Amino acid sequence: MYRYDAFDQRLVNERVAQFRDQTRRYLAGELTEDEFRPLRLQNGLYIQKFAPMLRVAIPYGLLSSRQLRMLAHIGRKYDKGYGHFTTRQNIQFNWPQLAEVPDILADLASVEMHAIQTSGNCVRNITSDHFAGAAGDEIVDPRPYNELIRQWSTFHPEFAYLPRKFKIAITGATTDRAALLVHDIGLQALRNSDGDVGFRVIVGGGLGRTPIIGHVIREFLPRSEILNYLDAILRVYNRFGRRDNMYKARIKILVKEQKPVVFAQHVEAEWERLKGGPATVPDEEVARLAAHFTPPLYEKLAGDDIGFRSAVADNRAFSNWVKRNVFAHKKPGYAIVTLSLKKTGVPPGDATSDQMDTVADLSDAYSFGELTVSHEQNLIFTDVRQSQLLALWSELKDLGLATPNIGLLTDIVCCPGGDFCSLANAKSIPIAEAIQRRFDDLDYLHDLGDIDLNISGCMNACGHHHVGHIGILGVDKNGSEWYQVTIGGTQGERAAIGKVIGPSFAAHEMPDVVARLLDVYVDHRHADERFVDTVRRLGIDPFKERVYAAAH
Amino acid sequence: MPQLIKSGAVTEDRWTLLREPAAALPSSPVIVPLATWLGARAELASRADVGVWLAPTDDPALLAADIAALPVIAVDFPRFADGRGYSIARLLRDRHEYKGELRAVGDIARDQLYFLHQVGFDAFVLREGKDAQDALASLRDFTDGYQATARRTPWFRRSGVAAPVAVTES
Repeated sequence: MYRYDAFDQRLVNERVAQFRDQTRRYLAGELTEDEFRPLRLQNGLYIQKFAPMLRVAIPYGLLSSRQLRMLAHIGRKYDKGYGHFTTRQNIQFNWPQLAEVPDILADLASVEMHAIQTSGNCVRNITSDHFAGAAGDEIVDPRPYNELIRQWSTFHPEFAYLPRKFKIAITGATTDRAALLVHDIGLQALRNSDGDVGFRVIVGGGLGRTPIIGHVIREFLPRSEILNYLDAILRVYNRFGRRDNMYKARIKILVKEQKPVVFAQHVEAEWERLKGGPATVPDEEVARLAAHFTPPLYEKLAGDDIGFRSAVADNRAFSNWVKRNVFAHKKPGYAIVTLSLKKTGVPPGDATSDQMDTVADLSDAYSFGELTVSHEQNLIFTDVRQSQLLALWSELKDLGLATPNIGLLTDIVCCPGGDFCSLANAKSIPIAEAIQRRFDDLDYLHDLGDIDLNISGCMNACGHHHVGHIGILGVDKNGSEWYQVTIGGTQGERAAIGKVIGPSFAAHEMPDVVARLLDVYVDHRHADERFVDTVRRLGIDPFKERVYAAAH
Repeated sequence: MPQLIKSGAVTEDRWTLLREPAAALPSSPVIVPLATWLGARAELASRADVGVWLAPTDDPALLAADIAALPVIAVDFPRFADGRGYSIARLLRDRHEYKGELRAVGDIARDQLYFLHQVGFDAFVLREGKDAQDALASLRDFTDGYQATARRTPWFRRSGVAAPVAVTES
């Protein structure tokens, strides 16, 4: 993975010193609350219901075991012994003290981490494919470009005060595991017919209050031009994006109001003037970054491990876990493993400091000391030998991280909601838990197959409910908490926004509502049809009828 | 009296910022709204002590023809969170090759100074009540940075990784 050099480290150290002084001035009354707000936000610090919340950047979701141990330490020393992995591959701490935040940032800097631009109206943490480097369908390893763009976005002087937050996702595989189409910018690294690396550029997607699927504005951008092109997009947005209404300030609204083709013309005109300029990326720089992401020292293995195959045949529980949590690797004899942070009774995405320490040890023992955080709020070991899967499974079971539910109904994506977040209209964690408790029959869950269930506690859509096959949105009606249901949402290369099935429900009704949606699917599904495929084929009416017939 | 930071030091400000268009201009150095400038260009350009200020919505390209003659261009930041002026500065410096004084006015405080300086501002009028002497330190918040700015080429062109090619914007 990328390691800081003296230049990178100095920047982060200087940021710690800067924020320490800003915090001092605020606590001394030299900065007002209004003046301090944007400064703390650009360091990931929100003021929440009970305490400040600090969001720490995990660039493109990639962590070393050493960094994970530091996160465990921070959870223990400054928080209540846990952290929450987010839908943007970051981690949040919900209980730090404001005065201690500079110390936390200093601790992070000691392991090449920071909280820079994890909130505020600026370019946020770059997100990417959580299988990067290991996936069988990878065409271009996105990680050198993730790092290139991380550096470009870090303290970009021109774009620190954008109209609104700005999210960039990057992939290099045929399967889109980073939700490119619902980002402000989605970049798909690919090769043209000459074999040169470049990017398909998607702009103007997003969730939130106005969910929109992004538009391709350029099919192939040579990689050397990527920073010039990003400067062009951001400059057009910075100058012309709306600032009169925060709900209409995202780039998706500008793209929509101008029409994508016109927006693209503005970007191309700006790019014409920047093309070949100082920010043109030299091949040597790409090579320097790529050298940080050379493959680990894989053993040469002939093919599937025989012991692993027989363990799958003999051990049903292990086989269930393999079926859901283990994914194909590009190298024979290796596998990608997902550690489920979706055990029933634990808020989705939460991990204790003790779990983090043990996961760090396991990644050293089983996966070259690295791991990734997925935007579905799970942890990934990308490089595990098949012959060690049984042993790893057994350790993960003891740790409570082997729930065999990846991609299933209970692998719920969920924001912190009204329990923690001051923006929320409604709680989300108890809804997730009620659904997980209701659907606890593993055979039934496996029979239902792939279902993305996403819960957001408000319109800001941190739980990405619009792209859940089943999406649940917390809404406020006259001061009480209600839940609106959408179905048919999809992430990935066929991204679609879910449709609302009708009036919202009370919290206690939610498990029944989900049960009725599933009943319609089970009654009508064709062989090999996923829930969302059945919704697409039938439309929402049969689902709607069943849910509301029973409810009223 | 607002304090002016110029070229890294606190100094006396001899310019008057004329916020609203006016029929009669003072005879002392004055910075006028873009509309005033465009309305009386020939006359105003004959004076060497008239500058122009741009609002966030103003197009800096409208000054392209006058750029060599202007002693001062100011860019207004009605709210510190309004970042349009940063792009305006880049365009004035990089695209229109403006070489004169570029000053940031409006809701300006010390924690913006480093980025403002990087995009090309060399003069800053802090908002009322802010100590300019204190603020000077913030110009040195960071030693360096990754990106191409009005002050520097990207780090990867100076780090020794690639030959330092002389490139200019077309």
